[in-house]
Amino acid sequence: MTSTQTRRATSAGRVLFVLAVLAVALAAASMLGGSYRASPDAVLRSLLGEGTPADDVVVLGLRLPRLAAALLVGAALACAGAVFQTLTRNPLGSPDVIGFTTGSATGALAVVIVGVGALSPAAGAWLGGGLAAAVVLLLTRGAGTGSDRTVLVGIALAAALASVNDYLVTRAPLEVAQVARTWLFGSLAVTRWPDVAALAVTVAVLTPVVALHRRTLRVLDLGDDVAAALGVPLARTRVVLVLVAVGLTGAATAAAGPIGFVALAAPQLARRVLRAPSVPLVTSAATGAVLLLAADLVAQRLLAPLQLPVGLVTGAIGGAYLLWLVVRAPERR
Amino acid sequence: MPARLPDASGTAATADAGAAGEAQADRTPRRVPAVALGVALAVLVAVLAVASLAVGSRPVPPDAALRALWDPGSSPDALVVNQLRVPRTVLGVLVGAALGCAGAVVQALTRNPLAEPGLLGVNAGAAAAVVVVISVLGVGAPLGLAAAALVGAGLATAAVLAIGASRGVSGDPVRLVLAGVALAACLHSVTGAVTLLDSRTFDSYRFWVVGSLEGRQLGTALVVAPVVVAGGVLAWALGRGLDALALGQDVGRSLGLRTGRVRLLALLAVTLLCGGATAAAGPVSFVGLVVPHAVRLLVGPGLRRTLPLCVLGGAALVLASDVVGRVVARPAELEVGIVTAFVGAPLLLWLALSGARR
Repeated sequence: MTSTQTRRATSAGRVLFVLAVLAVALAAASMLGGSYRASPDAVLRSLLGEGTPADDVVVLGLRLPRLAAALLVGAALACAGAVFQTLTRNPLGSPDVIGFTTGSATGALAVVIVGVGALSPAAGAWLGGGLAAAVVLLLTRGAGTGSDRTVLVGIALAAALASVNDYLVTRAPLEVAQVARTWLFGSLAVTRWPDVAALAVTVAVLTPVVALHRRTLRVLDLGDDVAAALGVPLARTRVVLVLVAVGLTGAATAAAGPIGFVALAAPQLARRVLRAPSVPLVTSAATGAVLLLAADLVAQRLLAPLQLPVGLVTGAIGGAYLLWLVVRAPERR
Repeated sequence: MPARLPDASGTAATADAGAAGEAQADRTPRRVPAVALGVALAVLVAVLAVASLAVGSRPVPPDAALRALWDPGSSPDALVVNQLRVPRTVLGVLVGAALGCAGAVVQALTRNPLAEPGLLGVNAGAAAAVVVVISVLGVGAPLGLAAAALVGAGLATAAVLAIGASRGVSGDPVRLVLAGVALAACLHSVTGAVTLLDSRTFDSYRFWVVGSLEGRQLGTALVVAPVVVAGGVLAWALGRGLDALALGQDVGRSLGLRTGRVRLLALLAVTLLCGGATAAAGPVSFVGLVVPHAVRLLVGPGLRRTLPLCVLGGAALVLASDVVGRVVARPAELEVGIVTAFVGAPLLLWLALSGARR
């Protein structure tokens, strides 16, 4: 191991430690705060299984699943974003930019508004996201790593699906449209234990696959030719990784609705903090988890007692982050 | 839509997609003479305008529709034509012309063949302003919303320009696009929060946001027309400067071009054109993207040549979409913005695929 690699390793460890401290602090804030006041020892007693029934309902029934969902959704989205950004070699190649998230929204909207059989909105989200992914993959098959082409086709598809979504919303009665719209923003307020469990299982199954491909991803970052020369089976690897990333995005969207910018920003933030040449997977996932936890805390408290959907907060934060990048970046020729 | 945007550190990708797109258009073996295309499009717009007067839930024979224009009697047919379909047709022409023209300017300005005005935050600014005006001032009249949309579009573009040019006036085109996308994201959150907290506003907004020509008065057209015409004249005046700029900042400068001023005025033109169109009909997507691209493919680059064709092509596309929207979902209607999206999306996919294959 060269000295630069060692230095990067320690610095990654330090970043992960800071992220963990942040996560604990944010978790404590989200467990203790809110309209129902629970003292720290009451929360602790509930967590240890000795709380009063009232505390248990709030702490174990509402706040803990929400906390877990924030961490898992953030990590899953960031991980999917990291994989997509590496595969497309484009920082805009995250699932929310290239149409999967909009497709999920279309699926869920169709279920809520048109009422497709006995499907739940979450199942609709899975189906819609999967279909959008299939269309993008089908249209870009056979195109190198796809890079620009995948992003372009995805953006085109996302734009088309966005107007389908607007159309569906005009065709519903106001109450139904409002329910659908709230879901469209992406929110953790209604996420309960069954959703969290489904998400946790998906993450537990899929992230090891990504971890197994860590070295391949780093090689893919150097370009198709280098990767092929080093013996990476390009086509197969790409299909496996895309399927995994789509699965992670779908599970996150089914649990919380379409939440933008985490998949885009978390890998880029992690890369910047580490000054890494390629997108670091573990740090990205941790960054995503902490980001979403922080955004959800803001969403809960900013206009309290009104609850904002967390997707609105990530949209605003993400936009501000992009603006900051633009203002800060040196001018190029 | 960005063909390529820079890596987040602002170092990797380049804005050469526009230049490459032009180069590809140059290789197109057979070109259509611009004049022939212009005549064909003008005839098409005239035919579609008559169709727009005649088609609807109460069909009027074309000759009766035309007669009603000269002789506004009080027969039901004449009333429908003059009260409902004339304003709608006039607005359709105006909106389409403005969007086609704005798209051509944006694509030249950003040197990106897949750029569209919405990318510079124009629509997001208009939407946020509309939502705030409905919610805070309780305005619901189309004319009030039109004014709000115009002001919002202007403010958003000014902000994008200020941010995109924060390091000197020259502001490179990729920074403009990034600033537009970023500001749009923030404004969407504002729009979302307002519509979430106020269901009455949401109810008006959801019908505004799909883009429609239905139920507008001739007064709206009278307010919007001067704005759009001013934008069009400005765009025409900037044609040469933008063409020189398309060769690259340095070439433009060495040709004696004041690049910063050209960019500033071009953005002003886009704001007037696009803000006017959005004020009249709400956000109508894909017209500003598809029309200039198709025109360039047919007659080659050069804004002085393509702008008039984009004006006609945009008008034709919007009129056709509006007429189709009245027919396909009878007795209900499909809003024009929905139809342009359903027509435009496959076209955009095709453009993206054929463009990226270069």
